[in-house]
Amino acid sequence: MDYLGQQLINGLTLGGVYALIALGYTLVYGVLQILNFAHGDVYMIGAFLGFFAMTWLGGPLAPTVPIALMLLVMFLIAMMGTGLLGIVIERFAYRPLRNSTRIAPLISALGISILLQNGALLIFSPSIRTYDTSSYIPSTLGFSIGEITIDSVRLGVLVLSAVLMILLTKWVNGTQVGRAMRAIAYDKDAAVMMGIDVDRVIRWTFFVGAALAGAAGVMNGLLMRGVSSGMGLIPGLKGFTAAVIGGIGSVPGAMLGGLLLGVIESLAQGYLSTNFADTITFILLITFMLFRPNGILGRPMMVKV
Amino acid sequence: MSNLRIGTDEWVAQHEERLASQSPLNKLFARIPLWAKWGSFFVIAFVFGAFSDNQYLLRVGVNLALFLMLSYGLNIVVGYAGILDLGYVAFYGFGAYGYALLSSEQLGQHWPTYITVPFITILTAILGYLISLPSRRLFGDYLAIVTLFFGQVFVQLVLASDNITFPWADDYVDITAGSNGIPGLDTFNFFGFIFDDIKDYYWLLMVSVLILTIAIHRVSATRIGRAWRTVREDALVSEVMGVSVNRVKTIAFVAGATIAGFAGTIFAGMQTSVFINGFDLPLMIMIYAAVILGGSGSLAGALIGATIMTILPELLRVPNYGAILFFVALTLTFFVISKKFNRFLIYVALIILIGFAFQLAMKAIGVTQANAEDWMVGLTGDLLKNWLFVPENRILWGNFAFILLLTLIAFFSIAKPIWKQVLLPFIGFTAIFLWEVRLIADVSTTRQLIIGAMLVVLMILRPQGLFGQTRVEIL
Repeated sequence: MDYLGQQLINGLTLGGVYALIALGYTLVYGVLQILNFAHGDVYMIGAFLGFFAMTWLGGPLAPTVPIALMLLVMFLIAMMGTGLLGIVIERFAYRPLRNSTRIAPLISALGISILLQNGALLIFSPSIRTYDTSSYIPSTLGFSIGEITIDSVRLGVLVLSAVLMILLTKWVNGTQVGRAMRAIAYDKDAAVMMGIDVDRVIRWTFFVGAALAGAAGVMNGLLMRGVSSGMGLIPGLKGFTAAVIGGIGSVPGAMLGGLLLGVIESLAQGYLSTNFADTITFILLITFMLFRPNGILGRPMMVKV
Repeated sequence: MSNLRIGTDEWVAQHEERLASQSPLNKLFARIPLWAKWGSFFVIAFVFGAFSDNQYLLRVGVNLALFLMLSYGLNIVVGYAGILDLGYVAFYGFGAYGYALLSSEQLGQHWPTYITVPFITILTAILGYLISLPSRRLFGDYLAIVTLFFGQVFVQLVLASDNITFPWADDYVDITAGSNGIPGLDTFNFFGFIFDDIKDYYWLLMVSVLILTIAIHRVSATRIGRAWRTVREDALVSEVMGVSVNRVKTIAFVAGATIAGFAGTIFAGMQTSVFINGFDLPLMIMIYAAVILGGSGSLAGALIGATIMTILPELLRVPNYGAILFFVALTLTFFVISKKFNRFLIYVALIILIGFAFQLAMKAIGVTQANAEDWMVGLTGDLLKNWLFVPENRILWGNFAFILLLTLIAFFSIAKPIWKQVLLPFIGFTAIFLWEVRLIADVSTTRQLIIGAMLVVLMILRPQGLFGQTRVEIL
């Protein structure tokens, strides 16, 4: 029971990170119907930006500001930076292709992904940077219920991802841009005729999606510590998978899918086999896709003649 | 179109006009007869194979042939049938690992080659058939996702299968050796003829490629080839017209898988070792890049794409060739953009001026200059050392130049014509600076950067690829 509880907590923390990445995929798919394969690398850039913000403030060993402020600045810089990067990617890699074939944005996204990965390799050098969380976030902030312990970093990640997801839901449902975004996802041509500035909304969508990935990158740095230029690939795939399970294009679906994937993965690791955890996850997904390709909360796909 | 009447299809009516407006590249290419295009390639390949003993060049040729086979296979799946298969490289890996397991000490099996290769190829075909079953239920992006998962499952399975504990056994079983790879495979051996030289593989591959080229060319004109293309353009309509869509898709999938599996066995036999890293997403992206670059749905395109993707990295490996390639490409780009010769000269003069101005400015601020010997690589470094000012902390400056170059190009793509003319010399100078300071010394990263940039630019300028045909897009 305790073991199960511990695995569930680990799974939820991991799932929170996946959910944040999945949201970026789902938001972009909702408005443009393209798979933004460069998203995993945006997440990687976020992790690096967080790391450099940390170094800039003196690093974990000799911080020049209080720890809470340092964390805040790390998240803000990472989110703003990746958000702007998202806008730039949209402007130069996707907007020229908006009326092109289906495969063109996909290939362009692969190109951007290669560019970001190797650009990071060139600029940040191949060495792995470490966040060194343990030296500045006191572990006493965590608590335990019975035998299950939740350390402070996991707690923080859980709380922050929950807060970000609530904010996002408010944004999508409550603001004018969010409403416009849903309108475009529903019917783009009609939205244009209603006077919605599509370019502006798409810009916002990319900004928000990429900023969430940036936050996820910093969280991953805090959880796993290591940051390197190739780190975006697997979480990118997983986040994408989460978006698909939930139903791509659906915001609550991406959150649900992320949490579910995190929990399934850590349960598979804990109970079945550490070796085959990824294989099991992927086979489950394939089976799932075959029977319900539109995901848990997705709208059914229609074919027009 | 003034002569359009009711009942005229706009696309059909514009056919002549579109033919006339084709790019000069396509026109030039269309004028060369078919046999000459392919004949020249194979004559060069065979003459080279007959007279050359250069191990390095033969190896490049072997890589090209393997890559070409993979491009052909993917071209059938993606280019002809329009199935977006992102797990294609798994079939290549399956072929290689299948051969490795049956011809090494890993499982203690040493099957004769004339049984192993057909056996594994047929197994890959069966695997292709099994994986094609989902393509009946799914299409478009969803199929891409599921095939991507299949590719990942293959990689993860191979990685994890070095340590399997069966419930009935005490000890664990090691099947694939995980990330260590399987070394020491048997080379090909047909009835006593041992493939001990790279040249033997070269001939085997070139003959296979020749047969494949003829076969695919013939098949694409048959009923099934035409059916592939109709399914690609519109599956629903072709179903209505009596094409059995599922059958046609399955055939494409199996054909692609078979070719990849066969190529995989040859690769394993030639390398005499297999590692799972070689069959992961990066290779997948490279094959896609080759097919898309040449123009998906075109055999000649696959040839051109595979050639570029094989030769380019090799050229970049030698600094002098890389530098020549870079400056030729830069000059050509500037020539095409400036359109007139005297404007081109002005740009060149401006770039030279900027170089001297940069030198003066740097000296005025008091930045220390790096030793020319430290950064100079190859021919061009020697030529440019008095013109190009390289600051001492060149890694940092190179990083800035990289970001600056990307920013400048980004601005260039959306700027007004007058600003474009102002930006262009600066882009040229930053590119040269970056090339000499950072890129020339860091080959593998540079190669990837170039491929990435090439894909994005190609998609924006010519989404159908170099030799592809513009397609009707249904809105």
